[in-house]
Amino acid sequence: MAAIAIAPAGEAVPESARRRKGRDIWRRIRKNKSAMVGLAVICVFVLAALFADQIADYDMKAISQNVASRLKAPSAAHWFGTDAYGRDVFARIVFGARTSLWIGLVTTLVSVAIATGFGAVAGYYGKAVDGVIMRVMDTIMAIPPVLLALAIVAALGPGMTNMVIAMTVSNVPGLTRVIRSVILSVVGQDYIEASRAGGSTDTRILLKHVVPNAMGPIIVQATMSVSSMIINAAALSFLGMGIQPPRPEWGAMLAESNEYMISSPYLVIIPGLAILLAALSINLFGDGLRDALDPKLKD
Amino acid sequence: MEPLIETRNLKKYFKTPSGELHAVDGMDLRIAEGQTLGVVGESGCGKSTLGRTILRLLEPSSGDILFEGRSILGHGKRGLRAMRKSMQIIFQDPYSSIDPRMTVGEIIAEPLVVSGLAPGRGQVAEVVRGLMEKVELSRRLEGAYPHELDGGRRQRIGIARALSVGPRFIVCDEPVSALDVSVQAQILNLMMDLQDELNLTYLFITHNLSVVKHISDEIAVMYLGRCVEVAPSAELFARPLHPYTRALLGAIPSIDLGSRGKKREIIRGEVTSPIDPKPGCRFAPRCADGSAACAEGECGLVEVSPGHSVACRSAAQLG
Repeated sequence: MAAIAIAPAGEAVPESARRRKGRDIWRRIRKNKSAMVGLAVICVFVLAALFADQIADYDMKAISQNVASRLKAPSAAHWFGTDAYGRDVFARIVFGARTSLWIGLVTTLVSVAIATGFGAVAGYYGKAVDGVIMRVMDTIMAIPPVLLALAIVAALGPGMTNMVIAMTVSNVPGLTRVIRSVILSVVGQDYIEASRAGGSTDTRILLKHVVPNAMGPIIVQATMSVSSMIINAAALSFLGMGIQPPRPEWGAMLAESNEYMISSPYLVIIPGLAILLAALSINLFGDGLRDALDPKLKD
Repeated sequence: MEPLIETRNLKKYFKTPSGELHAVDGMDLRIAEGQTLGVVGESGCGKSTLGRTILRLLEPSSGDILFEGRSILGHGKRGLRAMRKSMQIIFQDPYSSIDPRMTVGEIIAEPLVVSGLAPGRGQVAEVVRGLMEKVELSRRLEGAYPHELDGGRRQRIGIARALSVGPRFIVCDEPVSALDVSVQAQILNLMMDLQDELNLTYLFITHNLSVVKHISDEIAVMYLGRCVEVAPSAELFARPLHPYTRALLGAIPSIDLGSRGKKREIIRGEVTSPIDPKPGCRFAPRCADGSAACAEGECGLVEVSPGHSVACRSAAQLG
C-alpha cells in the first residue's frame, strides 16, 4: 500500500472552486482562435447596435425616403449604397443590428431555457411525465413553424414582442426533443444514482449533474438557433406579420430587395453578409464555449 | 448477534413487455455489524438489483428491509435522506460513477453538502481533505478532474464519497471488477483497513470468487434472484453443498499441474429466463443431480449445519 502513496506536493491554499473554474474556462476559450474571432465579430455587432444613434442618423438616413438618391451604388457618401427608397443601407444595417440581434438572441435564450426545462424534466422523470410533455410537443411540431408563428402573431397582433413570443413557441418543441435525448443519455449514468445515494434531491441532481453534462449539445443547438431565428423573423416581416416598415431589420431588407437583385446586387449581398457574419460568429463562439466547458478537452 | 441489516423475503420485480422479470425473488439476508457478506452469482442473477433495492435506490416490490431492527420502507423523502447517511454504495464502474464535470474535491464533498453534516465551506474542505488522506489520495488532486486519474484513484474517490457522511453500512457493487489486478488488491486492502478502522458493515457483491473469499466473513450464492446457499466463507469453500455452488467453485482456475486432465464439474445449458419463471427449483433444468421432484415443489433454504443453509433437496439430505 505504501508504494502508491503520493508525495504531497504544492499544497497551496485552494481558491474558491467556482472562481477557479470560471477563470479556467476563460483561459481555454482565449486559446481558441476561431472562438476569439467569433467573439470579436459579435462585439462589433453588439457595439454597432448599442451605439447606433452615434454612428448614423435614424430619422434622416435610416427611414426617411429620398427619391433623388435611390438605388445608388456604394460610395463615399453611402458606404453600402442606397435602397429603392433612397435610404442609406449602412444606416439601416446598423439600426437593423438592434432588431435582428435582439430577436435572434432573445428568442433563442428564451426557447432554449424553456426547452431545457421541459427536456430535462421529461428525460429525468420519464414515464407519464415524459409522455405528456412529448405528446404536447409533438402536437405543436405537427403545425408548420412559420404557419404557427403567423397564427399566433395574427391572434396577438403584429409587433416585436408578439413576434418573439410566436417564434419561441414554434422553436421550443424541436429543441425540447433534441435536448431530451441528450438528457436521457446522461440520466443513465451511474453518477446520477451516486448523487441520489448521497441524498441529493431531484432538483439538485437536475441542476448540478444532468443539465451541466448535457450542456455541449445544448449550446450547439442554441447557436444554430440564433441564425435560423433571424431568418424566420425575416420571413414573418416579409409576410407583414413581423417588424413593421419602415423599421430596418436585416431579414426584411433582404426580402424587400429581391426585385433589384440583378441591377443592384449589393442590396441583397450586404444584409445577407450581415446575417451570415452574425450567425457564423455566434456558431464559432458557441463551439469554443462548448469545448471550454468540457474539462476532458482541457488544453 | 443482532444483525445491523436484514432483509425479509425481499422481492424486486420489473415489468417488461414480455412479462414480469423476477430480479430478486425472496431474499433473506442478515449481516451483523462489522461483518462482510459476500454475494456471488453470475451476471444477471440479480446481485446489483439486490444491492440497489436494499438502499432503496430501487423500490422493492415486496418484503422488508430492516436497519438496526427497524424497517426502512416506511421512510418518506426526509427519512430517506437521513437514512442515506448511514447506508452508502460504492459502484462498479469508476468511470461512469463520477461526474466528469466536477473536481475531485467537489465530488467527495457533495454528500456532505447535501446532508448538511458539515456546515460552512471551510469545514467541508477540511473533512474532504481528511477523507482524501484516509483513502490515500494526494491532497494536490483536490482540484483535479476525474479524467486525469486512473481507475484505482477514481475508485478511491468513490470510496471517499461513500465514507463522507459516516455510514455504518456500505453496499459494494463489484468495486474492483473494473480495475487492473494489481490495483484490485490495493483497493481491497484499503476497504478491509477501513472496515477495521471504522467498524463498517459491507454487502460485497462480486462474481469473482477469489475476491469474495479474501474479504467476506459469510457468503451468499445467488442464482436467478434466489439465494441457493449461505455459509461462512471458509465453510463454503471447504464444503459446498448446492450443485450450483460446486460448479462455481469448480470453475476457479487453479495453477496446479496435478489437476491437468481432471474432469471439471461444468454447468450445461443456458441460464433460464428470469421472466415469469416456472415454479420449482430455478437451477433444475441445468442440474446434474436433479430429479422430477425438483421441477415441481419450491425448495427453501434449509439449515444443514450452524450457519450453513442450502436450498436443494438432495444436498440438504446429504448435509
